[in-house]
Amino acid sequence: MTEQRYRHLEQASGKTGLRRVAIDPLTRVEGHGKVTLLLDEENRVQQARLHIVEFRGFEKFIQGRPYWEVPVLVQRLCGICPVSHLLAGAKAIDDLMGATGIPPTAEKLRRLLHYGQVLQSHALHFFHLASPDLLFGPESQPALRNVMAELEGERSREIALMGIRLRRFGQEVIRHIIGKRIHGTGPLPGGMNRHLDREAGRELQEELPQVLAWAGQGVDLARRLILADPGEHRRFATVPSLFLALTGPNGAHELYDGLLRVRDEKGGLLYDGLEPRRYREYLREQVKRWSYMKFPYLSHLGPELGWYRVGPLARLNVCDHFGTEQAERQRRRFFELMGPPPVQATLAYHWARMIEILHCAERIEELLRDEDLYRGELLCETSRGEEGVGVIEAPRGVLIHHYRVDEQGLVTGANLIVSTTHNNTAMNESLRQVAAEYLDGREFDELLLNRIEMAIRAYDPCLSCATHAIGKMPLELVLEAPDGSERGRLLRHADGTVVQG
Amino acid sequence: MPEFLLDGRSVPFEPGQTVMEAAIAAGIYIPHLCWHPAFEPHGSCKLCTVDIDGRPASACTRPAEAGMQVTSGSEALRRLRLRLTQMLFVEGNHFCPSCEKSGDCELQAMGYYLGMTDNHYPHFYPRRELDASHPDILLDRDRCIFCELCVRASRKEGKSVFALAGRGPQTRLVINSPSGRLGDSELDAGDEAAGICPVGAIVRRNTAYRVPIGQRRYDLAGIDEESLARERPLLGRADGPTED
Ligand code: SF4
Ligand code: FES
Repeated sequence: MTEQRYRHLEQASGKTGLRRVAIDPLTRVEGHGKVTLLLDEENRVQQARLHIVEFRGFEKFIQGRPYWEVPVLVQRLCGICPVSHLLAGAKAIDDLMGATGIPPTAEKLRRLLHYGQVLQSHALHFFHLASPDLLFGPESQPALRNVMAELEGERSREIALMGIRLRRFGQEVIRHIIGKRIHGTGPLPGGMNRHLDREAGRELQEELPQVLAWAGQGVDLARRLILADPGEHRRFATVPSLFLALTGPNGAHELYDGLLRVRDEKGGLLYDGLEPRRYREYLREQVKRWSYMKFPYLSHLGPELGWYRVGPLARLNVCDHFGTEQAERQRRRFFELMGPPPVQATLAYHWARMIEILHCAERIEELLRDEDLYRGELLCETSRGEEGVGVIEAPRGVLIHHYRVDEQGLVTGANLIVSTTHNNTAMNESLRQVAAEYLDGREFDELLLNRIEMAIRAYDPCLSCATHAIGKMPLELVLEAPDGSERGRLLRHADGTVVQG
Repeated sequence: MPEFLLDGRSVPFEPGQTVMEAAIAAGIYIPHLCWHPAFEPHGSCKLCTVDIDGRPASACTRPAEAGMQVTSGSEALRRLRLRLTQMLFVEGNHFCPSCEKSGDCELQAMGYYLGMTDNHYPHFYPRRELDASHPDILLDRDRCIFCELCVRASRKEGKSVFALAGRGPQTRLVINSPSGRLGDSELDAGDEAAGICPVGAIVRRNTAYRVPIGQRRYDLAGIDEESLARERPLLGRADGPTED
């Protein structure tokens, strides 16, 4: 369906005589990762890979813990989008506990919480991490390409401050609901532990006109930056793919709960109305020797063709409309200017992200006026089952949590597919595209290498979230002679067996 | 009434009272973990160590005497208590970030009270068994600090469900039931022994994270204030030694 056009760069045909260039660590992304390139004498790229170098192990160490601890524990996977993990975990536990009738009050509180999360995470990524590339140019001096330099520049200062303030607002929303900006408590099996305090609601409401204005300016800024060089920005790191995202009723844009949809390259719907809790029937994960991060794909298409992208651009491409006025206006404008869905331009992720900030601000405004937040039932009846799946749209895309427990309620198994992992093939393909189209044959320097990082940065990967798979982790040990020739190799397969290769 | 001096203040006491009881009655907090006004003192945690006439002593076991000079609030004693608390932390497996007792835990509150910012000692990472066999109660031995409050409470209730076995690093909480599991013991959710654990070792099911952050016990007051408010009215409830 969607071929990986630069797949040949995943593995160099031979390594003799090739020069290795590493970008380690990747900068302005969350968590640790690195990129390695193998070049021949003429600086032609023979191999390009994104590696995840850290390793966590949450799936293992929640085993044996009581189910009710799971959401609070797994939110520690991440310091940027902990709320998404908290809620995906909570939804999985609801499923496990047969909590089908979450009261409207609790559901609205959770939604509000998640809009705050997506807003703050997007603001962090766009303003703090990504915008220096777009404002100062990808090949500007490294000393300039950071938020501190933005704060010093006359023109950029306002932009940087806007980002910081937007993020702060999102974090305040979170704090008022779960008690802390990061890693609080709130969701319980079947609901929530508190209402929103009226005073807090008023405080947030007062800030909203300003927040909406900033969010609007943010969208304008992203659009201007992308359209400043439309040809180039459409081409850079662009890899035609499928897109996967949740949608709400009537194909509405969705961040908290819904059914999964896949849009194909031609704009048609390959799948619609997929039950997220049955993800195992249509999603599989491939393991590759050279990465800790797995490669998910749609099972009926296979790993070569069934890869897809998730996240803000995927959500825009997949949905039919936003349920809010301003974001919907911006969505239409986006497609008018970029062409009909699916928009494939990888840098358009940034623009999509900013439209989502606006949407979150609108939703927050709507919700804060809702009486249900301040009163009403918080919990529903629960029973007890053995297995639960929770799926949510984290800032970076579809996030799947899946747990099994024994008859005493202790976790016996867990599977997490985090957003960044869904984008693994896409990030590698984008990286290979940039390596092939922009670097090939050129003299290497830091500025050129930043382009590689920009390609990966567009996906806003959270590498700490993505490195949780203990036990399934394949490892390869290669012994190389000084001339680059291979002397020996030890392999540990995903199933744990070790062989001499 | 006879009196002694505690950090320069005179504290009156009734004959037979311990230094701890007299201090609490007078509204003066002396740090403690294993002492509880409703039970005979246990004297094991040593958090209540004070200086009496130049010698260290446990305030919870030492009978008050007229004219003694007691120091509790010195920097040296704070440091000693801090080290003891740090030892309690490294001896078990205390994962405050996800623990449901966080904000309501005396060990954690003690850490805050004493200004604890690290563990100081290397972790033991002991392997201890979790017991989830009871329908209403979870026993997470990782968090046990061996204060024996549950042991004393259950004994007083005539059930003797809990006991400590082993010595030193091998110490562990054992259950009085044919299988050694909580689910087969006589413990009921309503027992005092089920609700007395100062840390998160014995917790009731379906109560985790119900109290929002900001409203938990130690969000509202430090351990000194909270202890005085809760324990002072209970003084005198201990009814005679509960002999082993
Ligand atoms: S379980 Fe709790 S009450 Fe019992 S000895 Fe351990 S810490 Fe003390
Ligand atoms: S309180 Fe005195 S030894 Fe524990």
